[in-house]
Amino acid sequence: MSGLSTKTRERLLYLISPIGLLALWQVLLMMGFGDRRFIPAPTDIAYRYWEMVMSGELAEHTTVTLYRVFTGFFVGSIPGIVVGLLMAMFRPVRIFVDPLIAALFPIPKIALMPLLLLVFGFGDASKIAVVAIAVFFPVIINTYSGAANIEKIYWDVARNFGASQSVMFRRIVFFGALPMIFAGLRIALAVSFIVLVAAEFVATKSGIGYLIWNSWELLQVDVMFVGIVTVGLLGLIATVCLQEIERKVIPWKAE
Amino acid sequence: MEQPVTAARRGAAVRIAAVRKEYVSAAGTVLALSDIDLTIAAGEFVCIVGPSGCGKSTLLRILAGLDRQTAGTIAVEAAGWEVENAMVFQESGLFPWMNVETNVRFGLDTRGIPRAEANGRVDEALKLVGLSKFRKHYPHQLSGGMRQRSAIARAFVTNPGMLLMDEPFAALDAQNRVILQAELVRLWEQTGKTVIYITHSIEEALLLGNRTVIMTAQPGRIKTIIDVPFPHPRDLIQLSASPEFGKLKLDIWRVLEEEVNRARAETEQ
Repeated sequence: MSGLSTKTRERLLYLISPIGLLALWQVLLMMGFGDRRFIPAPTDIAYRYWEMVMSGELAEHTTVTLYRVFTGFFVGSIPGIVVGLLMAMFRPVRIFVDPLIAALFPIPKIALMPLLLLVFGFGDASKIAVVAIAVFFPVIINTYSGAANIEKIYWDVARNFGASQSVMFRRIVFFGALPMIFAGLRIALAVSFIVLVAAEFVATKSGIGYLIWNSWELLQVDVMFVGIVTVGLLGLIATVCLQEIERKVIPWKAE
Repeated sequence: MEQPVTAARRGAAVRIAAVRKEYVSAAGTVLALSDIDLTIAAGEFVCIVGPSGCGKSTLLRILAGLDRQTAGTIAVEAAGWEVENAMVFQESGLFPWMNVETNVRFGLDTRGIPRAEANGRVDEALKLVGLSKFRKHYPHQLSGGMRQRSAIARAFVTNPGMLLMDEPFAALDAQNRVILQAELVRLWEQTGKTVIYITHSIEEALLLGNRTVIMTAQPGRIKTIIDVPFPHPRDLIQLSASPEFGKLKLDIWRVLEEEVNRARAETEQ
């Protein structure tokens, strides 16, 4: 590997561990360790994946899951950003909101699912609600700490140059907190997949979470793995998209 | 002290009377400023010099409306100017998330100046400091000198009666400092605005201003005020090398030395 640049070598190294793991898994099963009906080989999963892509079944569940994730993500993160910024600007807001966050953040959001089913019914609304609630917390906490840590000089400059509270909010506090807001959104994105898939285990007939749970009950282990892999891929793609948006929206962040 | 500016173009006049500033902290009350009396004429360039902790930045912050005095009065006469003052901060304080143009326009946006007019004035201000080509750059893409030029443009564009400058060139390298000092003096000669300039360098104070206010620390007081006799327009490089400049600097150091020794003698008694 002496002819390769450091970067290429690092990229290869990066791929070795997952590929190695898959290869080991495949070889062990082919050598007769484990029952392939319960533990499908990577090739079995790939075959089933292809089949489900072609039949359109996977696309159907994926669409439902993405719709729920992104709606919940927006519904939860926008108030998270607004309230987080207000907390940094106005002390009474912070004093009012702080104990609520401290008390509600540690509650596993999936534990609210029965309550949400009661309130929002068995449709998409209850799933969107659980994602929104779960997303709200990491976003508000990151937004607040981003806005609270804006250097004092920027507040001084804004005041000296006649900024009103509204200008302060829109042009100073929001942008000053934006790098941290994106850090919060990145966590929130992962959280929204985690919570939604778990929520889809119950009381629904669609979505990747339903696919995983249902195939487990039918002992279609290969289908279950297709669901798990799909969630991983969706999360990866969504994160990469968010990073691209971040690069576009925060041009002042030094490379 | 006559400046080569017409009466109509002169900046704000300031009267500071018996100003006192105390800070209350866990350790007790700290007296930051005491018995500050200072009258600044319209269009004057006043430099305030002193060691760190003498309260010179506090005084400037009070003038800028960022802080309030504990006692005493400050009266500013800035009729005919759009805003009373605009500040140029030590580390420029340019917003990293705005490009140069937007940073410069900020003080116009906050005051509801229509976009077309604001853009015209920003063009002019950028031309004035030689940054027209860099209008779309972000602060992190600029050198320290360019950042301070942007900050000066941002202050000038609002058409203030006085410029408040808090060691604006302290973080620059020597060459850039000389260039920016000369540009500032040129701008002042052209516009006749009142300038209050904080520095810790006596040499810089004598080079730029009409008067130098020397402060001492603990508590911050005005020790002495020196009229700087050099006429404008000034060639700063020539001035700094002239024997008259050297002599004035030496005289001031002698006065300070005497006072330092006297103070030491008093405390040792």
